[in-house]
Amino acid sequence: MGKCIEVTKASKNYHGVVALNKVDFELQKGEIHCLVGENGSGKSTLIKILSGVVAPEPETAIHIGGQPVIGFRARNAIDFGIHVIYQDLALFPNLSVKENIAFQISREKRHSWIQWGEMRTIAQQALEEIGVSIDIERPVETLSIAEQQLVEIARALIGDLQLLILDEPTASLTRKEVEALFRVIKDMQKRGIAILFISHKLNEIFEIAERVTVLRDGKKIGVYKPSELNHERLTYLMTGHKIERQPPRKITARRPLLAVSHLTKKDQYHDISFTLHEGEIIGITGLLGSGRSEIAQSIFGMNIADSGTIRVTGQKVRLRSNCQALRMGIGYVPENRITEGLIKEQSILDNITVTIWDRLCNGVGLLMNDQLQKISSKWINDLDIKINTMHSAVDTLSGGNQQKVVLSKWLATKPKILILDEPTVGIDVFAKDSVHRLIKELAEQGLGIIIISVEIPEVINNCHRILIMRRGRIVYECPAESADADELLIKCAAA
Amino acid sequence: MANVGNRIKHIFNRNESYLLAVLIVLIIVVSLINPKFLSGENFFAILRTYSFIGILSIGFLMVLISGGIDISFTATATVAQYAMAVFLAANPNVPIVMVILVPIVIGIILGSINAFLIHFLKAPSIIITISTLNAYYGILQFISKGRWIYGFPQWFRDFPNIKLIQFLNENGVYYGLSTITAIWIVLLIAGAIVLRYSVLGRNIYALGGDPKAAHRGGLNLFRLRLFCYSFMGFMAGIGAIVHAMVTQTVAPNALLGQEFDVVTAVVLGGASIFGGTGSVLGTVLGVGLVAVIKNALTIVRVPEYWHQVFIGGVLLISVVITATRTRLARQKNRIIDVQN
Amino acid sequence: MSKTNFSSHLQSVARAYRLWAHHNIDIAVLPLMMVAVVITFSLLTAGTRHFFLSGANLSTIAFQIPILGLLSLAMMITMLTGGINLATISTANFTAVIMALILTHLFPEDPSSISAFLLVLLTIIAGLAFSLLLGLINGMLIAYIGVSPVLATLGTMIFYEGLTLAITKGFVLSNFPAQFLIIGIGTIFNIPYTLLVFILVVAILSIVLRRRPFGKQLYMVGSNETATHFSGISIKKVLLKTYLLSGLLCGVAAVILVARFNSANARTGASFLLLTVLISVLGGTDPFGGFGKISGLVLALLTLQFLSSGLNLLGVTPFVAISLWGIILIGAIVYRFFRAKQREKESMGVA
Repeated sequence: MGKCIEVTKASKNYHGVVALNKVDFELQKGEIHCLVGENGSGKSTLIKILSGVVAPEPETAIHIGGQPVIGFRARNAIDFGIHVIYQDLALFPNLSVKENIAFQISREKRHSWIQWGEMRTIAQQALEEIGVSIDIERPVETLSIAEQQLVEIARALIGDLQLLILDEPTASLTRKEVEALFRVIKDMQKRGIAILFISHKLNEIFEIAERVTVLRDGKKIGVYKPSELNHERLTYLMTGHKIERQPPRKITARRPLLAVSHLTKKDQYHDISFTLHEGEIIGITGLLGSGRSEIAQSIFGMNIADSGTIRVTGQKVRLRSNCQALRMGIGYVPENRITEGLIKEQSILDNITVTIWDRLCNGVGLLMNDQLQKISSKWINDLDIKINTMHSAVDTLSGGNQQKVVLSKWLATKPKILILDEPTVGIDVFAKDSVHRLIKELAEQGLGIIIISVEIPEVINNCHRILIMRRGRIVYECPAESADADELLIKCAAA
Repeated sequence: MANVGNRIKHIFNRNESYLLAVLIVLIIVVSLINPKFLSGENFFAILRTYSFIGILSIGFLMVLISGGIDISFTATATVAQYAMAVFLAANPNVPIVMVILVPIVIGIILGSINAFLIHFLKAPSIIITISTLNAYYGILQFISKGRWIYGFPQWFRDFPNIKLIQFLNENGVYYGLSTITAIWIVLLIAGAIVLRYSVLGRNIYALGGDPKAAHRGGLNLFRLRLFCYSFMGFMAGIGAIVHAMVTQTVAPNALLGQEFDVVTAVVLGGASIFGGTGSVLGTVLGVGLVAVIKNALTIVRVPEYWHQVFIGGVLLISVVITATRTRLARQKNRIIDVQN
Repeated sequence: MSKTNFSSHLQSVARAYRLWAHHNIDIAVLPLMMVAVVITFSLLTAGTRHFFLSGANLSTIAFQIPILGLLSLAMMITMLTGGINLATISTANFTAVIMALILTHLFPEDPSSISAFLLVLLTIIAGLAFSLLLGLINGMLIAYIGVSPVLATLGTMIFYEGLTLAITKGFVLSNFPAQFLIIGIGTIFNIPYTLLVFILVVAILSIVLRRRPFGKQLYMVGSNETATHFSGISIKKVLLKTYLLSGLLCGVAAVILVARFNSANARTGASFLLLTVLISVLGGTDPFGGFGKISGLVLALLTLQFLSSGLNLLGVTPFVAISLWGIILIGAIVYRFFRAKQREKESMGVA
């Protein structure tokens, strides 16, 4: 078949921090290759180098089709037929499907005028090629995430595609949609297109990949055949640790903290019932768009349910806003740390204390700054947050420390119930470990905790009970001890 | 068949359809109050009067679609107009081409200054254009010392009175489609073609829709912004000529305040201040609505000093409707296909 | 002896400045600019009839500062939330006209001093209440209906100004009772009452912004609305309060406006809009929201007021000043831009 692209000694430093360290990587034509690694392992840097978005260090050599390329840039990548589909899709929400698909056409052909007829044909063909039917006149903002992803894939197919890079493409897809996607990928493979696929779902890797490259801490650990791998081994390769199951301590008292019954909201979720006890950690898992975060936000008062009841310590509550939820002792660490969790230009001090300002006023209604500083330093100590001063902006911290700041601001409210939406996304393995330990400690102190996560091992290893959501319903419930990762995954994605 | 049904539904959902309906209702109501309103003469008079606003609003639309805002365009137009008038007064026999070129070139230059500042300083376009509005206007006032200019050559006075299509009314006076209106129509069509059929126009929509995606898609954002703001300047230049032809006097403060009508018209026409949406058809209907309201106010003898209340009120109503619709649409977007 | 004393004083001032500048990098250049402006104009006008440091000129400046200052504060607090209030001037004018109507219609020919006092008080309360109402409309549009601040306040600017025009029929209202005008012209130890009012407002507002939960929340909203919302803070309430407060500040400005100029109309001070934006941005307020200090605003206000007054003394036409403000505003943005770039470089060096 021949090589599609080869990089040797791929390296990249960001301001003195090594993101990628002398990684040799090659892709054959028509190969389906999977790239795995923890967050911060260098996956995204490698993709950025392959797509020319980031200039590697000078020692890096890139060969395309056997020819060395010097000064490889995004434009070259596009010309060579390399196309990346990021998780946050690069579509224009206000434009129609056909325009989004045929967006690059006029640029490539150096057209000045739009050929609407040609555009329609091309878009229709591209969609037919991947066997999808979407109305090409619809604006992209009216499509579901899965449909939008297919539009991006259709867009990539236009022109001379040599290498398609997919960054966790299945994170938000149902099983049926994943199957459709894999069909499309295999079809592209037959035409000699190389596919680089980023995923950490083992069953998908087995199903589709021919080779797997594992990265850790910016270095290549090795290239493996899927048959050489199993769940334990892959996790070991990715983290460098044997996974130690440290299940949370058994709960003795069974006092209910939060009781949700028959909670329903049109077009979001249906008939949700569960009870969270003192000291208990419940894991909720399911695909993106299964309604997990929507329920969490309903409990947090930000997304008012149509019907059903929520009881907090036995009392029926009607939550209309999250200010109310905060007063009831409910905290919520949102999924997106950067946009929802942190006010990133503002100081660490303000970020930790923002939730309790209303409570910390003196007799004339002015904030007690010394109290704020005391509380802030308490949490910085307790959670072992690495900072210079609490007055510097929170975005000067690393991902793990940032997440601890978000946790602190909720712990500062002395909550009874804490909902953590993807608490360890985007932080390194050690920070992850310390966040997990912290969660278990908090539960031992009597907090009720809900962890929402797509990472099934995360809920298995850190929760007492696991709920699985699919298309707005709880479809399965089991104790974490007896749960099997692969089985849960199947339950999540069943069509 | 379903497709046709979808199309019809699509047409009914379009902002332009609502606008057209409102416009028609308004015209019917005003005509019932005063039948003179519906006369051909009044129709053409309105078209001629609002050509200036109409021309500027095409430029403003372009800037809004790209995700920016420019409120300095009346200052740009004033500078362009004054320069043209000084030039024309000094050389009455200068070739017509030069008279047209001077304000247009000035408009483009001042517009591109805005684009440079907004793009490279990464500052909010509203603040940059408030600054340039004052800088341009202040410099002009200083240089001109507030002097009015009139007494233009014969051809300049005759041109706006040429009627391309003529009718005779019962009093034996000719009325019809003015050359001024024709210029507006030509520019409208040009603007619509650029926005609908040119790659450039679609890229402007893309930029307004998602600047990050536009950047990833390899678009040159600076060039697009440069085009939009200098197009605004170009329109301000042409608007300046048209305005001078209609009024036959050039004063350094005559155009200030007209930006409200333009902004109102374009926002009424459905263009979003967040960029990415808006159409020439909507803008024309927006201008039509502003024009009909103002004309109706005059016809039903509402005093002049009340007019601004109506314009402000209409603008507020339209932004409230747009904001509400956007909010509802956003809620709809969170749909999960719940299993039953 | 005195010389060494002077130089040691100078040294301690320089030390204090360096310390202050270290914590206020964005506005560190302002005190220097201000001193430079004062020295330049004092030298340029020395020996003429229009000496910059003359009592008469300083008194004029003291009378001019409050109105511009209050309107700038009204602009600044909305910019802190990432918004803008284009309706400040029209809010002030509308309120001024309402107060003018009360003063001209309700005030008897020759009132007793007590009833005059009560009527003046009533007028002021009515005016402030009215300005709150105008602020409330802006706040509702922005916070609850979700209109963008630019469009909402542009709309209300046109609307308020239109209503003011309609009420006054385009005329200027004038001739108010002396009992009211004393607010605008009275002084205590040569300090105008109005300046004292402004100082009081600055003091209160500084405390609110630094020490009240609302004040701090305002900055948070400006930096990241979503994350602030997720922290259990009602964005709607914060925004509503901000535009209410902005309206109230315009109302205070309106009281001074009526009392000082003995007139009210729809189109006073149209050029102030630019000036208030300029003073906010020059004073270190980030136009995208989240950052800005009252101290910076006051420094920028003084600097510009000195500059404007000096230009006036030199007989420069107001139009030059207007275009100069535009150019200075762009200059301030350029300065911010390069500061931000430099800071980025510095923080990279650290990391």
